[in-house]
Amino acid sequence: MKNWIIVGATSAIAESVARLWAAKGYKLFLVARNEDKLADIAQDLKVRGADAVECFALDVNAFERHQECFDTALKSLGRIDGILIAHGTLPDQKACETSFNVARAEIETNALSVISLCTLAANHFEQQRSGDIAVISSVAGDRGRQSNYVYGAAKGMVSIFLQGLRNRLAPVGVHVTTIKPGFVDTPMTASFDKGGPLWASADQVAAGIVNAIDKRRNVVYLPWFWWIIMNIIRHIPEFIFKKMKL
Amino acid sequence: MSKPYVSWARYPYNSQQGMDLQWRTDVLPAVPSVLPQGNARSYGDSCMNHGGLVASTRFLRRFISFDPDTGLLQCEAGVQLADILNLVEPQGWFLPVTPGTKFVTVGGAIGNDVHGKNHHLEGSFGNHVTRFELLRTDGTRRVCSATENPDWFFATIGGLGLTGLITWAELQLKKVPNSAINLETIKYQDLAAFFALSEESESTHEYTAAWIDCLAAREKIGRGHFLRGNHARVTQPKPAAGKLKLGMPIDPPLSLVNSLSLRAFNALYYNRLMQERTSATVHYDPFFYPLDFVHDWNRMYGPKGFLQYQCVVPNEVSYDAIKEMLQRIAMANAGSFLVVLKVFGDVPSRGMLSFPRPGATLALDFPYQGNRTMQLFDQLDDVVVQAGGAIYPAKDAHMKAEHFRMFYPKHDSFKQFKDPGISSSFWRRVMEDNA
Repeated sequence: MKNWIIVGATSAIAESVARLWAAKGYKLFLVARNEDKLADIAQDLKVRGADAVECFALDVNAFERHQECFDTALKSLGRIDGILIAHGTLPDQKACETSFNVARAEIETNALSVISLCTLAANHFEQQRSGDIAVISSVAGDRGRQSNYVYGAAKGMVSIFLQGLRNRLAPVGVHVTTIKPGFVDTPMTASFDKGGPLWASADQVAAGIVNAIDKRRNVVYLPWFWWIIMNIIRHIPEFIFKKMKL
Repeated sequence: MSKPYVSWARYPYNSQQGMDLQWRTDVLPAVPSVLPQGNARSYGDSCMNHGGLVASTRFLRRFISFDPDTGLLQCEAGVQLADILNLVEPQGWFLPVTPGTKFVTVGGAIGNDVHGKNHHLEGSFGNHVTRFELLRTDGTRRVCSATENPDWFFATIGGLGLTGLITWAELQLKKVPNSAINLETIKYQDLAAFFALSEESESTHEYTAAWIDCLAAREKIGRGHFLRGNHARVTQPKPAAGKLKLGMPIDPPLSLVNSLSLRAFNALYYNRLMQERTSATVHYDPFFYPLDFVHDWNRMYGPKGFLQYQCVVPNEVSYDAIKEMLQRIAMANAGSFLVVLKVFGDVPSRGMLSFPRPGATLALDFPYQGNRTMQLFDQLDDVVVQAGGAIYPAKDAHMKAEHFRMFYPKHDSFKQFKDPGISSSFWRRVMEDNA
């Protein structure tokens, strides 16, 4: 039984993780934009066995409210064992290319808001001298590709930030897990033609996340074979890579 | 991952456009033709809308409430029976009716009014549904029960998703002393023995069904294993569920099910039992869901897919009709992996288009072999029609329009409840002559 904050709790992967934790009797503090959706999820998690579920409506781009959100979580949970940051948007790459404002908004949502929340959590856990920070980054952050490099850049920033954070917090026993899912069959990826061996369900990825956190893994690719795929992609020489259509 | 939205037998269609509902407040998309879909475990084309769109409830998978004192459960339509079992079994409750896979959704179980091994006592799934909400393509919502909007309630149970999309449902679960099953398996010699065992077990056993060796011919026809069971007593220890799960991660280039593998399987399976009778206490999983153990087992039939054939024939003629069908299958040397035979009880089904009705029901599957398969199905249809039986839409990809209308006499009054924005490949095949 643990107390966790989940940011982006209405995303399919986060919801699947929350179900697994609810069945273990966790106390959960859910954060997302939409209050009604949070209420539906809270109801479900209570039926599934969560010890308590509290909700907080927040648009992560309202950076000035992050402190309030974290304080409310602390008050409601009493003690915080961990924070899972799972929110994100899948940008329209073409729109990001034509408008810097779109690109900036995507980077704020997918990277800067994550960094802000992690900073709050890290400082709290550092004082507490315990805690887990788990963040859903992406395989897209491993190398810039023409098809989605704005998203990739944001996720890459998150991955590198987490590397540093892990390095900083290791001495005080605070752990940071970077999660890099591949193609996941969720409403966020509705525009893709799904099916085939590369696609995983949100439930599969969620089980991998729970396991990675339990085992205090540093960086985890989900499913595991993405580690091989991304290793290959990362090692293609740039002079070849730049001519590829990825 | 298999392609989403494609029916389980992957015949007649191996592709389907779809969209997902994520919240109960979502509405159906504004397109000319849409069909509500659950986890796409129907075999043929009743859950397909080829050329149109399906609206899947697979992400509508939340519980709303569960009262462990009364066993009343409310959940979203995409909740799977496996989810329900995981939640309620440790609290002493069980599904009142369950089909042979637990990976079907509640919405799908209602839309097909599914049945299980306890039909002779509990009727079908619809008999245990207390309420649900029906969303129409025009955006209207109706809460339906036996007393509130009853016409809509009875049209939607077994209504193949054609009356609207079920967003949530409420079910009355069953209290059991123990989820494990005290199972008795009896190796019997012929079809007459099956009917004798069935009759004898009806009042003593909650669950009954038989597996049939479909390649046995002549005087041995209908031989098989009769399974009957009751929930174990509260004091009995629960056996552990098997941990090993198999999968079919890829599509073999051709069907692994052929006359050779079938002959070997059926002979081995029949002779697996050394004694005439064995008894054991088993976990509910292998008893109710023996095939769920092999994930994506449908892929075993290769890229052409397969067909199921499930019919029911009235009790008065069931012996002769089943015998005739088994003979025709043996003659065609078609064979089937798992042939299941069960006698339905007389609990009336509530749906206007419900399949379960008094009689004996036979279910088989065949790899798709073109005309050869279709000709055999025609021969089986003749027997069902003559016997005054019916074929099960959830398993079907072949039934003729004239037969559907004969098997389901309420199809005409059903039409007034069908949503004009909803259609399915099945519906067009059996009800729209120009399709």
